[in-house]
Amino acid sequence: MDATIATVLMLDGIGNGAVYALLGMAIVLVFAVTRVILIPQGEFVAYSALTLAMLQLGKVPGTVWLALLLAGLALLRELWEGLRAGRPWARTGREIARLCAWPVAAAGVVGWAAAQALPLWLQALLTLALVSSLGPLVYRLAYQPLADASVLLLLIVSVGVHFALVGLSLIFFGPEGYRTPPFSDATLGSGAVTVSGQTLVVLGASVLLVVGLWLFFSRTLAGKALRATAIHRLGARLMGVSTEHAGRTAFAMAAFIGALSGLLIGPTMTVTYDSGFLIGLKGFVAAIFGGLASYPLAGAGALLVGLLDSFSSFWASAYKDAIVFAAIIPVLLLRSLTDRHVDDDE
Amino acid sequence: MNTPSPKAGRVAVVVAIAVLFALPALPVPEFWITQLDYIGLYVLVVLGLVLLTGVAGLTSFGQAAFVGLGAYASAYATTALGWSPWAGLAAGLVLTLAVALVLAGVTLRMSGHYLPLATIAWGLALFFLVGNLEFLGKFDGLQGVPPVSVGGLELKTGRTSYVLIWLLALAAAVALRHLLDSRPGRAMRALKGGVLMAEAMGVATLRYKVLAFVVAALYASVSGWLFAHYQRSVNPSPFGLQMGIEYLFMAVLGGVGLVGGAFVGAAAVKIAEDQLQNWLPALLNTSGPVELVVFGMVLILVLQVTPDGLWSLVTRRLPARRHDPAAWQEAEPLPRARPPAPGELVLSVQAARKQFGGLVAVNDVGFDVRAGEIVGLIGPNGAGKSTLFNLVTGVIPLTSGRVDYRGQRVDGKASRAIARLGVSRTFQHVRMIPDMSVLENVALGAHRRGAGGVLRAMLRLDRAEERRLLAEAWRQLERIGMAHLADEPAGNLALGQQRLMEIARALCTDPALMLLDEPAAGLRLKEKQALAGVLAQLRAEGMSLLLVEHDMDFVMTLTDRIVVVEFGTKLTEGTPQEVRDNPAVRAAYLGVEH
Repeated sequence: MDATIATVLMLDGIGNGAVYALLGMAIVLVFAVTRVILIPQGEFVAYSALTLAMLQLGKVPGTVWLALLLAGLALLRELWEGLRAGRPWARTGREIARLCAWPVAAAGVVGWAAAQALPLWLQALLTLALVSSLGPLVYRLAYQPLADASVLLLLIVSVGVHFALVGLSLIFFGPEGYRTPPFSDATLGSGAVTVSGQTLVVLGASVLLVVGLWLFFSRTLAGKALRATAIHRLGARLMGVSTEHAGRTAFAMAAFIGALSGLLIGPTMTVTYDSGFLIGLKGFVAAIFGGLASYPLAGAGALLVGLLDSFSSFWASAYKDAIVFAAIIPVLLLRSLTDRHVDDDE
Repeated sequence: MNTPSPKAGRVAVVVAIAVLFALPALPVPEFWITQLDYIGLYVLVVLGLVLLTGVAGLTSFGQAAFVGLGAYASAYATTALGWSPWAGLAAGLVLTLAVALVLAGVTLRMSGHYLPLATIAWGLALFFLVGNLEFLGKFDGLQGVPPVSVGGLELKTGRTSYVLIWLLALAAAVALRHLLDSRPGRAMRALKGGVLMAEAMGVATLRYKVLAFVVAALYASVSGWLFAHYQRSVNPSPFGLQMGIEYLFMAVLGGVGLVGGAFVGAAAVKIAEDQLQNWLPALLNTSGPVELVVFGMVLILVLQVTPDGLWSLVTRRLPARRHDPAAWQEAEPLPRARPPAPGELVLSVQAARKQFGGLVAVNDVGFDVRAGEIVGLIGPNGAGKSTLFNLVTGVIPLTSGRVDYRGQRVDGKASRAIARLGVSRTFQHVRMIPDMSVLENVALGAHRRGAGGVLRAMLRLDRAEERRLLAEAWRQLERIGMAHLADEPAGNLALGQQRLMEIARALCTDPALMLLDEPAAGLRLKEKQALAGVLAQLRAEGMSLLLVEHDMDFVMTLTDRIVVVEFGTKLTEGTPQEVRDNPAVRAAYLGVEH
């Protein structure tokens, strides 16, 4: 390996690492707020890349039907629970509107836009809007009824959600893989070292998102409410923060981050209906580096995973995933040895 | 609701087993025999998970890798080396044991979320390793694995393998039930709620985590051995992460922690998967992904309806197990440690100091406790009383100062080591195993006075010792007047009773010094008087007691001396009368007049 290849691999690794960092942050966020380990996080990535690919081809993306299907299920669920609890119709109606308005509207617009040959950036925005709308629906259908369950149970439910979403992905997108066009064809630098515009887009978007999240959590009431829920669920509830609302917001943000990651990673790899799992798992690894609690450590872990990913795919591609996952064991060990704590009286 | 009698339950189990073993002799379609063969194979793995995840609270996605180890070891031994399948089984078990011990050594020190991720990591790593090794046939695997033969009969068909598979599955289930109802089983059940209480009862928690891990791995390995010789070939795909997740799935769906849940969960998942493959295409005219979707959705719905798993629908209706005290009437009492001589210095705390960062929680506090003495530790909330308890019992290390117990320096020792010397305690917030009976919870205190191991428990060779342990637990329960609640799940007790149960548990450890954290909180007047009577009786027997208590009547009438702390500093020490008359104490409790 010479310096050129090393540089290429490194830039590649940093680009992938940035995406893993975003996913890791989403997983940390969802876990902190809802205690759900979001295995299906990767599915949002695949959905988003595939949705953009379909729009590029001028076809109506399967996500449109998926959003309508989930919205329909959520509607039935609300009706059923409303009837059983004897809630007033107006309230059930409001709940349904709150849940379904966004996905249905987004599905409608995307469905219309498919044939319009819109510019790439507009299609990307529509993709973001549509895929993000799936987050709250998934929370409502799968997790909200189990808000007080154990982490293990929620984890298994996550596996179930993952199965369901991958299956739906295959139904709506088919088995072929797609690659979306890059957002920038430019290359910077000279001679041996070149940086592709796409890598810069990835890094820029990641930085923007991190800053945005930071502002959201430190400056807005909604962000503070989420933080409060993460720190103490009951205390936040006593202060009038709705756990359900916090859960939905967290899932919307996770879906948004997943969708953005899908747009960023789409041009660098061929995405198929089931690509999400491994991508999400690597984000999960990054999150674990941060102990499912620290965003900066999750970010650092993600870069490490990205680098391991790209270097091991060069040296021993057959063992690539094995290396990435085996390499984290010492890190895990170190972490659990360093944060010793007495289980506190609670 | 009328609950079925235990006898009816036993009859049901016997009938179920008889039917199970009659099936291969009956004209049952081959398809269902094959289904049941696979279910039996899965049950073995899931039983391991019941112990590891449900009982010990350690989530593992990596069980499929152990199945693979057992399968590959025997497949290689029989095809490449020409060994008999039984030698292959032994090889698989030895290999699995070695790998499990190494992995346990590395990963079981991890807490919380690290462990499941580590299991994913080594599950994947092992999968890719096997898939890339030349001598194991890479991703094509090994073919031509011979069938198992029993007494000259080769188990070549699904029907003959069936008997062996189910014999082993049932044996594994029985052994697991025996284990859960034993000394090591109680120690494992104590792991789930954190290690603090178990360590304070003298349980070597890491050792029991490793044991649970090894048992689960060996169960999986046996399943893998059966699998290899049943399928007559092996390849890496059934041992990947997907399957590891699916095993965990079965455990949770059936009811994680319930032995019966392993059977229900394995059957439900296997049958649901196959039936969906059968009738969904006919119904919807499509195939493939729809099964996955429906399977995922059904799983989510079932868990939303029964979060404790399917088998809990049955166990919920079963009567609680009753212990019969007559069973251990003849049991020889457990040996007791040499008690300290009256007046001997039992505990000596000198200038104990604890700082958390800049906060001095305990500020150079010193006091003594002598044999046959009750010392009260009082002070307003946040004075550092519970921190002092934690320092004396080794739960947290001292910043400076020293603690001596019966002439032996103990600060810096682990809490388990201090417990073994004869220091026992209760907790400010009750720590127990809520779904275990009161008697078993108390018997956990006698843990270090027994020696029975996992294997002896599984083979039921531990009954003589078990009777002695339960007899001791029963005696201590009687002593504090709770014998009538022995069979109640501990979680059902009122708070005051739970505190009394902790005292009985502490007594079971045969202590010379007991530290009681607010023993009278939540008790009614009569119960308080009874408790005071018991504590006075213990003192008369030469036991030393250090107690934190807010009920001043209780403290003033019971204790010989009182140590008062405020803001981590010792304010004064003296007889109850002296403390009561001390103006500084009044100021601490009631504030100062300005």
